[in-house]
Amino acid sequence: MAPNPSSGAVQKLRLRYTKRGRLRFTSHRDVARAFERALRRAGVPMAYSQGFSPHPKISWVGAAPTGVASEAEYVEVQVVSRVDPQALRVALDQALPPGLDVVEAVQAESGSLSERIDASRWLVELPGVSAQTLRPAVAALLAAESVEVERLTKDGKRIMDVRPGVVTAEVLDAPPGVTSLTGGTLSTQVGTSGDSTGPSEHRKDESAAASGQCGILMMVVRQLTPAVRPDDVLSALRVVAALDPPVPAKATRMEQGRLDDEGRLIDPFTLDREARSSGAREGGLAGEPG
Amino acid sequence: MSVESVFPALEPLLPRVSKPVQYVGGELNATLKDWDSAAVRWCLMYPDAYEVGLPNQGVMILYEVLNELPDVLAERTYSVWPDLEALMREHDVPQFTVDGHRPVGAFDLLGVSFATELGYTNLLTALDLAGIPLHAADRTEEHPIVLAGGHAAFNPEPIADFLDAAVLGDGEEAVLEITDIVREWKAQRCPGGREEVLTRLAETGGVYVPRFYDVEYLPDGRIQRVVPNRDRVPYRVFKRTTMDLDAWPYPKQPLVPLAESVHERMSVEIFRGCTRGCRFCQAGMITRPVRERSIEGIGAMVQNGLAATGFEEVGLLSLSSADHSEIAEVTKGLADRYQGTNTGLSLPSTRVDAFNVDLANELARNGRRSGLTFAPEGGSERIRRVINKMVSEEDLIRTVTTAYANGWRQVKLYFMCGLPTETDEDVLQIARMAKEVIRAGREASGRKDIRCTISIGGFVPKPHTPFQWAAQCHPDTVDDRLRKLRAEVNTDRSLGRNIGMRYHDGQPSLIEGLLSRGDRRVGRVIERVWREGGRLDGWSEHFSYQRWVDACASELPEFGVDLDWFTTREREETEVLPWDHLDSGLDKEWLWADWQDALDEQEQDDCRWTPCFDCGVCPAMGTDIQVGPTGRTLLPITPVGNRSPVSNPALAPTS
Repeated sequence: MAPNPSSGAVQKLRLRYTKRGRLRFTSHRDVARAFERALRRAGVPMAYSQGFSPHPKISWVGAAPTGVASEAEYVEVQVVSRVDPQALRVALDQALPPGLDVVEAVQAESGSLSERIDASRWLVELPGVSAQTLRPAVAALLAAESVEVERLTKDGKRIMDVRPGVVTAEVLDAPPGVTSLTGGTLSTQVGTSGDSTGPSEHRKDESAAASGQCGILMMVVRQLTPAVRPDDVLSALRVVAALDPPVPAKATRMEQGRLDDEGRLIDPFTLDREARSSGAREGGLAGEPG
Repeated sequence: MSVESVFPALEPLLPRVSKPVQYVGGELNATLKDWDSAAVRWCLMYPDAYEVGLPNQGVMILYEVLNELPDVLAERTYSVWPDLEALMREHDVPQFTVDGHRPVGAFDLLGVSFATELGYTNLLTALDLAGIPLHAADRTEEHPIVLAGGHAAFNPEPIADFLDAAVLGDGEEAVLEITDIVREWKAQRCPGGREEVLTRLAETGGVYVPRFYDVEYLPDGRIQRVVPNRDRVPYRVFKRTTMDLDAWPYPKQPLVPLAESVHERMSVEIFRGCTRGCRFCQAGMITRPVRERSIEGIGAMVQNGLAATGFEEVGLLSLSSADHSEIAEVTKGLADRYQGTNTGLSLPSTRVDAFNVDLANELARNGRRSGLTFAPEGGSERIRRVINKMVSEEDLIRTVTTAYANGWRQVKLYFMCGLPTETDEDVLQIARMAKEVIRAGREASGRKDIRCTISIGGFVPKPHTPFQWAAQCHPDTVDDRLRKLRAEVNTDRSLGRNIGMRYHDGQPSLIEGLLSRGDRRVGRVIERVWREGGRLDGWSEHFSYQRWVDACASELPEFGVDLDWFTTREREETEVLPWDHLDSGLDKEWLWADWQDALDEQEQDDCRWTPCFDCGVCPAMGTDIQVGPTGRTLLPITPVGNRSPVSNPALAPTS
């Protein structure tokens, strides 16, 4: 029986999406607006809050800062009639601007998504900084017990200790040609989905940066309060090693998840996927297409 | 020769500026075309910050109309903030488009839409950053043809030195004709150079090329005459009028920015033009006659626009939206159609009558009844007769009483200060009116917490209006009247605490007045202000009154005129006005007669409901008013979606 459309939410879906290319300059508010509009264009039967000014039921799990790219951002949406997660992924991805790409959708089975995330893996590209310069700076950071940096916030300057947040940090010799979560190397990820807004310059820019001197830092950072952002780690490198990049560095969040004992990240959708495959066998809650 | 994107040079600067997202483009429904296969390339500019310029309907319409042509490319550019401007100068990054990040200097045409004269210094910033010589006389075939449009183009004389051309009136068809002329000229390998293509544009009669006209002055500083200085150029230049709005359903694919903008909704223009005849209103005078979009046309644009944008609100736009002959059917039809889809409708309307409240009730059927806005414009009956805003105090009180009785909690009232013949008493009446509104509202609603906000703007006399001859009120007088008004509001705290008051000081209005009614001599002032750092004059945090006053004092004395001469001086009937050779269709004798009627406190009816009063537009332009009712209805459409205006079969319930 079809659920009554006037009733409340009947299904919660979890999405992983990206912030690629020039979309890294969007703020979280920009992303939220783009999502709300895309959900409407895609005809998603969103659940709305009650009251005088109803809002679609969307919950955000953290958000990469403005200026930072990401391959792994998470959001949950609630709908008033059941939809196929894969169909939702495709429809929403099509409706979102290129660069905000929905790469995975699962039906939320149980538990809280935010409890499955306590760390991020970041890739930081530092054009104009050689690996030889970067390596000792990172070593100095890891060797320190505490590195205090200043961050400018709306309420003025704030002092924070960066070191406890940094779980691992290593300098790579070359840009990662390795397959990341979405498949494909970093440079081909930029501007996928037929980025009609001109991906070519990004590609050129990134390859130029990569072929010249460009230090590549890969690190896993624990999500503490206050959050340690890639910028704060760069400030810490300035403090411990007077590292001062000639042009602003580019950071990309590569994954999020829960840290296991060996310092690896556990994909937050693992539990939903496992539950869904058994659920699909039992009741076909969320039909798999094809 | 192909043109490279400047994005690689721009990108490293973006982390260092505020709101970088405004410079990256990537708007939904933006178009990026191949540079080399385009025969004619337009750069369209709204000369203000991105957040203000992006939602501009004019630019959006022309962008889409031009990009629909297979061999034409159109991109957009906006003013950059001073933080980025400084970095662009330091790193040699030119003014760029947000679509392809192509340098503005590489385009064939740069079309700039001026909604307000306070954008003039922004034009100079953009030209300079683009590497385009500020003065049209210094440009070569290497440089774009710089064209102005928009309402301010009805007197482009203050920026005449910086423009190659100006287009008056509706742009949809004008840009196509200009494109044809430029395409042909380029295909012929640019015979006669820049001079020839400008002459070809000028001889159409619809494109004003300032350099082809000489201005002669009288010894006392007034203009003697403005005459063409060559063959093939007409004495008068006419405005353009697009007659059949249903044939131009643009924007079909409205742009949706990633960045937050000043209008977080899509707009559908339900009619163009206005014949209410408010004497201060330049828009109402220069956009005549009234041309309605049909109810079916409106319905289709709303449907397509919602599907293309995902906006949650649709504004039904016009100069006085409640005046559409089928507005009741339109609002009811749309409210029915989109019930349950969380889609809001809004009607930015200023009519003061109970009908307007009915419409507002319909539009707010599913939502909160927060605020209603009315625009009596003048505080006293007398001044309202002067400005021809025909609304009695009784009407107003009856209207707001209805609004409060229907559950509306806040009423906003718009007024102007500094109107011709205005006295302190006229302005103080605003306070009395607001108190009466609160008294009546408390009685009608039975509540104490209702509010009334009075919002007051400084009046600026504009070209092509009956007030074009009027003396602008000095800012000191405006500020003094506003102080007295505030004191009057506060005389009775029990009422005054429910009255909010919003106003701006009078100084920016005086400069707007200088730029509105100025002539070519004002160009020197604009350039000096810009050279001394004047930027983004529409923003109070950037505007410097003193910089303008000083620039006037430096540049104008050699012509025997000054800031007061251009602003607070009343003109006589016989004076040649700087825009007299630019024809908006309005008969100058009718305008003068209407100005005399204003001084006599005589009202003028609306020609939609009473006989023609001979303003001159229809015979001069070969046009006629186009109003309904047509008796047609909204056509049935595929059912709207579940909680969304769009129905997507792929997301049909899976169980």
